[in-house]
Amino acid sequence: MSTTLRINGKRHQVELPGEVPLLWVLRDEVGLTGTKFGCGVAACGACTVHIDGEAVRSCQVALSDVWGDVTTIEGLGTPQAMAAIQKAWVDHQVAQCGYCQSGQIMQAASLLAENPAPSDAEIDEAMQGNLCRCGTYPRIRAAIHAAAKALQEA
Amino acid sequence: MASIAKIARRSFLIGSAAIIGGVAFGAYYVSRPAPNPLKPGDGEAALNPFVLIDQNGVTLFAPRAEMGQGVKTSWAALIAEELDAELDQVRVLHGPAAKAYYNSAFMADALPGKGYDTSNFKHSIGEALGHFGKVLSLHGTGGSTSMKDGFKRMRLAGASARETLKQAAAERLGLSRSQFSTAKGAVITPDGTAIPYADLAIEAAKLEPVEAVLRPRTEWRLIGKSQPRIDMVEKATGTAEFGIDVRLKGMKFASLRMNPRQGGGMKSYDATAASAMPGVEKVIDMGAGVAVVASNTWLAMRAVEAIEVEWEDAPYPRETHQIFARIAKAFEEDPNSVMRDDGDAGQLPSGATELKADYQVPYLAHATMEPMNATALLERDKLTVWCGNQMPTFTQSKCAAEAGLDGEQVDIRTTYLGGGFGRRVEFDYAVLATRVAKEMPGVPVQLTWSREEDMRHDMYRPGAMARMRGAVKDGQAVLLDGKVAAASPTHQAMQRLAGFTPSGPDKVQVEGFFNPPYAIPNFRMAGHLSDIEIPVGFWRSVGNSFNGFFVESFIDEMAHAAGTDPMAFRLDLARREWAPAAGVLEAVKAMSGWTGSTPEGTGRGVAMCYSFGTPVAEVIEVVEEDGTIRIAKAWIACDMGQAIDPAIVKAQMFSGMAYGLSAACFGEITFADGAAEQGNFPDYDALRMHTMPQTEVQVLETQTHMGGAGEPGTPPAAPALANALFDLTGRRARQLPLMHEFDLLV
Repeated sequence: MSTTLRINGKRHQVELPGEVPLLWVLRDEVGLTGTKFGCGVAACGACTVHIDGEAVRSCQVALSDVWGDVTTIEGLGTPQAMAAIQKAWVDHQVAQCGYCQSGQIMQAASLLAENPAPSDAEIDEAMQGNLCRCGTYPRIRAAIHAAAKALQEA
Repeated sequence: MASIAKIARRSFLIGSAAIIGGVAFGAYYVSRPAPNPLKPGDGEAALNPFVLIDQNGVTLFAPRAEMGQGVKTSWAALIAEELDAELDQVRVLHGPAAKAYYNSAFMADALPGKGYDTSNFKHSIGEALGHFGKVLSLHGTGGSTSMKDGFKRMRLAGASARETLKQAAAERLGLSRSQFSTAKGAVITPDGTAIPYADLAIEAAKLEPVEAVLRPRTEWRLIGKSQPRIDMVEKATGTAEFGIDVRLKGMKFASLRMNPRQGGGMKSYDATAASAMPGVEKVIDMGAGVAVVASNTWLAMRAVEAIEVEWEDAPYPRETHQIFARIAKAFEEDPNSVMRDDGDAGQLPSGATELKADYQVPYLAHATMEPMNATALLERDKLTVWCGNQMPTFTQSKCAAEAGLDGEQVDIRTTYLGGGFGRRVEFDYAVLATRVAKEMPGVPVQLTWSREEDMRHDMYRPGAMARMRGAVKDGQAVLLDGKVAAASPTHQAMQRLAGFTPSGPDKVQVEGFFNPPYAIPNFRMAGHLSDIEIPVGFWRSVGNSFNGFFVESFIDEMAHAAGTDPMAFRLDLARREWAPAAGVLEAVKAMSGWTGSTPEGTGRGVAMCYSFGTPVAEVIEVVEEDGTIRIAKAWIACDMGQAIDPAIVKAQMFSGMAYGLSAACFGEITFADGAAEQGNFPDYDALRMHTMPQTEVQVLETQTHMGGAGEPGTPPAAPALANALFDLTGRRARQLPLMHEFDLLV
């Protein structure tokens, strides 16, 4: 079955059954491996991407149900041209093993798009679905506050 | 710099080719240097196994698994310190599996003794013994060893490379080496001209390496200061390559289902339905399970679930309560070790108050964020395996055996690890990928486990039990007599690796049990080994992970029985035994403003554990809010002697505590009908953004010998929390996880 997706501003035609989750379309078909597989049941947030700007768990969105433009971590910024939130992540030296960070950043980016100056409680609320086994949460929190500030000043 | 790929390709021919351009230096000797695994081409100089220079610049090799602990940065900093290169000027690679990359600190911890009492003489014996790691090809990461291992050797590697480059410049200009200096990746000539190292590669390649003396601490530029991590931009942009991200031309994707009753075989299977499912290319009999190769990982996972399998029974009891009854039987046997037996613990000192308590902790999964996976390609007489792993040479030999090849025909490409925590010390995932690759010759196949498969096929932290007896008198501890029973990760790991069980006392099983740095006059600690066959392995801090809970919870019980403040009780015991242990307690006491009393609705607990050479004290504060208990604050102090990178050390201490608290609150693997009952994060949760305490970390550097950082933060976490819950509620937790007895915020 052929489906056309718009991912990071580019059109992709994929030949896969419609029930294949977006996560596995991105990773194994399109070759965008920045989005990670962690649990497959929407319990860890490692697979978070945006559909029309909204953070979703790509392991739970079937290919045939993708309702809009998809943005992945690769579409947010690149090592040469990082988004403000990615710069904040680097400035605050957030990552340890780094495996969950694509999902953390995508979740945080969607939070900031909705709420330009989130409080600690609002960060807790928005980020609690994103698991990090290394325990980078304090630096994630600091980076979100810093990115919020940077975006407001920009 | 395509040559790096060439070097990596060629370098699996360890010991079979002449070394061009350099040899290893005296510092790496046992009797002679291990072959340099880097085989430079024309115009490249591999000045030693850790420094390679070509026309494009400097490449440093940090052959330690980067699993979040920042080793890539810290290891490179040690070399760059003496090499006079800047971290943003160099490229850092992991390199191949190689004997030259042995870990010299693995063996030192195996020496008998409590660790903190080590004299300089014994420390040097430990260092010498460590070099047998080379003989055993112990190329690996674990045991909080990397900085202990690399601290001197990597500075020597950098210094020697620097002096060799100066020698090359001296010969070019007909001057003497002493007339040159170095800075920022260049040799500086007497007239101030900077010759970039890259320009000297060809000439340096022809020289014998020059031995050099290490600079004094006062001249250090990088060590002791926090460096920007060199993996940070990749990890913030989704471009860091983990094992699961390896993509190759023509690659296929596989998943598997092994017998959930681990160690049991497979009676039969029916793959008729699965074979007809979309994307499925092949169904493979894996012996004790089945695998499906498909065009997409998810299609493979779905198809493998559709295979009907009849499993054999597990070689261990089916239910959790039967399993612990079996572990308890080990108490009836003679102990495997009694590594501490001071005074007369058999006799209750006159006038003392005796107390006894039994403790029990569950099996635990590692639950790395990146599920187990490996990619393998079997070509004619050659196997290449890509995976995150902590032991490249072991992985190499085990995959070679599976493929029927010699070790040197197997190329192990180590990627970033999406968490290790001891799980990727094992090699099962790489061997299973090799087994799949054997059925798909010439085709690269990535084998990815589902989260459920990962959690149900772990080498778990063993379930453990303790029987504690203590006595207090005049407000002090006068007797501590403990027995611990658990299966031995070391015995099982040696069985998996080499097919034999070591004899003699198993120090790892009783680490943190026999050697708490406390002066208790009558002090006897015994380790009883259970032979139960549930797979167990090395879980962050290993034996300390349960022993820390047993000892530091019971010490708290003793303090309360003695009517002494738990902080004061510990400080008194530590001061009389080892100053750094008292120092970390003093530090958390000051940081937390510990008074010995807490307001209504707040509880505080303290614990101090010594592990991997580092004493760590933690104070945890819990608060009750509308009937729910939240972990509000934490204070951590550690003393590891020289801290190479203070920011990384702080992150590791916090991370170790977070891992310990997560397990203490929610972690347990239980068994029903021989299979693990937990399969995914909803059944095996961890602390999250809103449940993690606000934490302050202090790094002390008073110790003489260098301690580890990756693990020592974990052992005090569970007892500090349990002690805080006792302070809050008056209920003593003698079993984990705490969610069963306390209404914790989730």
